[in-house]
Amino acid sequence: MNMEIKVLGPGCPKCKQAESIVMDALAEAGVAADVEKVTDVMKIAGYGVFGTPAVIIDGEVKSVGKIPTKADVMKWVKK
Amino acid sequence: MKEKTKLFWLVALYLGAYFIPWSDPTVRQAGFESFMMLQDYAREHVLTCLVPAFFIAGAIAVFVSQAAVLKYFGANAKKVLAYSVASVSGTVLAVCSCTVLPLFAGIYTRGAGIGPATAFLYSGPAINVLAIVMTARILGWQLGLARVVGAIIFAVVVGLTMAFVFRKDDANRAAGNLYLPDEEAKSRTLLQDALYLLMMVLILVSASFAKPGLADASVWKILFSIKWYVTGILLLVLAWMLKSWFKKDELTSWVDATWGFAKQIFPLLAIGVIVAGFLLGRPGHPALIPEKYIVALVGGNSLWANLFASVAGALMYFATLTEVPILQGLLGSGMGQGPALSLLLAGPALSLPNMIVINGILGVKKTAVFVLVIVVLSTIAGMIYGALV
Repeated sequence: MNMEIKVLGPGCPKCKQAESIVMDALAEAGVAADVEKVTDVMKIAGYGVFGTPAVIIDGEVKSVGKIPTKADVMKWVKK
Repeated sequence: MKEKTKLFWLVALYLGAYFIPWSDPTVRQAGFESFMMLQDYAREHVLTCLVPAFFIAGAIAVFVSQAAVLKYFGANAKKVLAYSVASVSGTVLAVCSCTVLPLFAGIYTRGAGIGPATAFLYSGPAINVLAIVMTARILGWQLGLARVVGAIIFAVVVGLTMAFVFRKDDANRAAGNLYLPDEEAKSRTLLQDALYLLMMVLILVSASFAKPGLADASVWKILFSIKWYVTGILLLVLAWMLKSWFKKDELTSWVDATWGFAKQIFPLLAIGVIVAGFLLGRPGHPALIPEKYIVALVGGNSLWANLFASVAGALMYFATLTEVPILQGLLGSGMGQGPALSLLLAGPALSLPNMIVINGILGVKKTAVFVLVIVVLSTIAGMIYGALV
């Protein structure tokens, strides 16, 4: 099964940046994954994250409140 | 922007160009005023006030740890702390719209509950650094101070009221893990960070030091005559701090954050100034809207004027900082000081679009109470302030 990645953010510039970094990292690492963008504020709150952009991979919260670096994302998706 | 929205603006622009009687003397005067006001801002406020303020806001966004503040909003946080932190945290957290709404929803559903959440939602836009600096600089320090004090007190009162009215309603609360932004490893002490921020505030104050009047004490006159030397020395000290205390990538992210604010805010502010100038003119210069209407609606300090100002403020949408030129125009056209404060207290925190969003999170009843409490409080605060000055 594919890895499930969720990028949380209401649509601000930082969240878009986070999303494109995740995409780049996936392409570079050659990993297939389903990337979902969560923009609904209540859903974001439902994940319990205080602050966006946030990245969740397979149900595990990886980063909150900042744009992750490409290297970080590659590390998370490889394993 | 959606394609439909683009079409709407294009058509609006076209109709404006087609139908506005540009050769009419009043319209010409208004157009002249809008560019004079823009020049006034460019000459008086941008370099000495706005640019340093952007750097301060950038520094706060990058170097002040959000995690340290956010832990006071957890479900188990002490109530007194949660309220006090919520009422002032806008200075640190609310500079970006990325944070406000998700954080609000998070505090409401998972964290400290509706009281601190609404306190935070209210105080955020009202007391961020840029708004305070601009208000104090352009509308006078009295109004700036009243805005800060009013916003902090309001945040607590609004939060407590919401918590009290809806004390039985915890249905939306969900237990679960909370994820706070990671605390970053720091190479500086808290004191160094504080000194660095202080240095930038001093630069801002000294660079935007206003020319004292003839009747002012001679201390101020001396200070004014040497202000550029003082600013220069302070800048050198800041440069030394940056060189010896900061890593290269920290400086880069600081400049990035500052540039982010500038990009986001400058265009909107310029449009705000042009529109305010066109409709209201610089203080003492009439423009499109005759002063008698302004005086009739929001002049003096009557209950009606204050109520009108706070309702109008609650409905209108102000892009960050644009409330300042608009109020400047209104005050220059005869608005009373009390109604001005009412508008400042109700305005930035509320607008029709953001009521719709809050409505999606809180539901109709809670949103209505939230808006009502703010409008009533703003009106009262305006009456009190108007009576004092």
